[in-house]
Amino acid sequence: MLDIRIDAKRYPDRGGRAHLALSALQMTVRRGEFVCVVGPSGCGKSTLLNIVGGLDRVYAGSVSLDGGIPADTGFMFQEPRLMPWLSVLDNVMLVAHGDERARLRAAAIELLGAMELGDVLDAYPGRLSGGMMRRVALARAFVNEPALLLMDEPFVSLDSPTANRLREMLVAQWRRCGASVLFVTHDLREALALADRVCFLSPAPGRVVLDLVVDLPRPRNPASAQLERLHADLLARHPELLAGLPAAPGDVTEGRPAA
Amino acid sequence: MRAERLVRPASVVRSPDAPRSPPVTAAPAVVAVQRGERRLRIASLLAFVLLWQLAASLADSRTLPDPIAVLARIGAETAALTLPVHLAVTLGRVAVAFAVAMLVGALVGMAMGRWRQVDAFLDAWLVLGLNIPALVTIILCYVWFGLNDWAAILAVAINKIPTVVVTVREGARAVDAKLLEVARAYRLPWRTTFLRVYLPQLVPYFMAAARSGLSLIWKIVLVVELLGRSEGVGFQLNVLFQFFDITGILAYTLVFAAVVLAAEGWVLRPLERRLTGWRA
Repeated sequence: MLDIRIDAKRYPDRGGRAHLALSALQMTVRRGEFVCVVGPSGCGKSTLLNIVGGLDRVYAGSVSLDGGIPADTGFMFQEPRLMPWLSVLDNVMLVAHGDERARLRAAAIELLGAMELGDVLDAYPGRLSGGMMRRVALARAFVNEPALLLMDEPFVSLDSPTANRLREMLVAQWRRCGASVLFVTHDLREALALADRVCFLSPAPGRVVLDLVVDLPRPRNPASAQLERLHADLLARHPELLAGLPAAPGDVTEGRPAA
Repeated sequence: MRAERLVRPASVVRSPDAPRSPPVTAAPAVVAVQRGERRLRIASLLAFVLLWQLAASLADSRTLPDPIAVLARIGAETAALTLPVHLAVTLGRVAVAFAVAMLVGALVGMAMGRWRQVDAFLDAWLVLGLNIPALVTIILCYVWFGLNDWAAILAVAINKIPTVVVTVREGARAVDAKLLEVARAYRLPWRTTFLRVYLPQLVPYFMAAARSGLSLIWKIVLVVELLGRSEGVGFQLNVLFQFFDITGILAYTLVFAAVVLAAEGWVLRPLERRLTGWRA
């Protein structure tokens, strides 16, 4: 189980005053659970992920995974962040760790095949489309079969069919390998389509103001009536909570079935 | 996109004798253009030789021999083994000085690009190093360390190191923190991070430094040899100068220039193409 307790996270402000990004934030992610963190922009969502991922160590509080420091994590950023000088396969192999390189390589190839990237194993990222680059980044995040997967709005700025396809791949891989997932997004629909549980953060200093279990059957269609009802219901029940969110995230997709 | 942020540094001054390498994959139209360019290059070379020949026959003087005479001299000096021996000695010095300058310059440049304190501390030294005349370092090295090969190589390297530092520092400052963050997020060992995430970002800068470095070093090496060594192309040029032997001077110059051009075209450029193939 992932146990997050952040008493305070401050950033030095330009004026010299400290900006309080997160305060009294507590949340847990059970083993194999898919938790989405939703909140208005600037509420400290990315900061939260950076702390959990060990990229940011200057904070008051503690983060533990099954009692220890999270060591084996996959991380997916807002941008694909692939090494442009490494081929697709080498980008995935770069982070793969273990003694048996041959076995890891076979696993990476299989994973990339599942992401429909079998034809471009030797291509450089510069030749790929945005969607393909995200898929490589997704494969990279899963190649070590991590116990914990951290995702920072990984499907932002993709067209909705591409994003939906990636979400399907993500869910398939997550169910296969059973990682705990902490997925940050500002898109409530995306959160409802993916998560077992959604944690809503307040505007800065961010803390969890609502912990919502999403009890919808899988596989979920992001455009289904059920999900739509839940979304509308939430907006009606907690207007103040979601005030900071974009009114209709995924405007583009509205009323159009997912491809 | 990422790839575009890593294009060759515009701030790096490249010598005119180091033209851009042609793209690796070329469409038919591009190939035709390249072929046309090649013809132009050959025509330009021929025009140079013709002009030389014309000037030589007009002047009709010992101080301006014609191309044939110089070629004959190259043949004679090669057959007598003097030219190959002196050339080998000089090239050895070039190679060692180049390697030392690149290694030291790269390390210092990376440190200065990475840590502001190091940059602040060494910046004045760097400005001094960039502006100190080559002749001064050469004289001082000979005076302080004696008239030996190591003083010669040191003098050359000292002249080159500051320009390498400037170029590599530029690259180290431009390193993408987001990619390094990936390495940290996945907890890559520092060796992997350095070799496969950090260094590849500096390759264009290393190549720029290497190219301008080679042209600078081979010019300085001759001066160093002229001033204090008793073998090498620079020494030989000095001897020929004493005898006012212009044919000999031109013979050595031509061969040496040809060797350096070959090194640039057959070693540096292919190496660069190999290392930056992902950009094509």
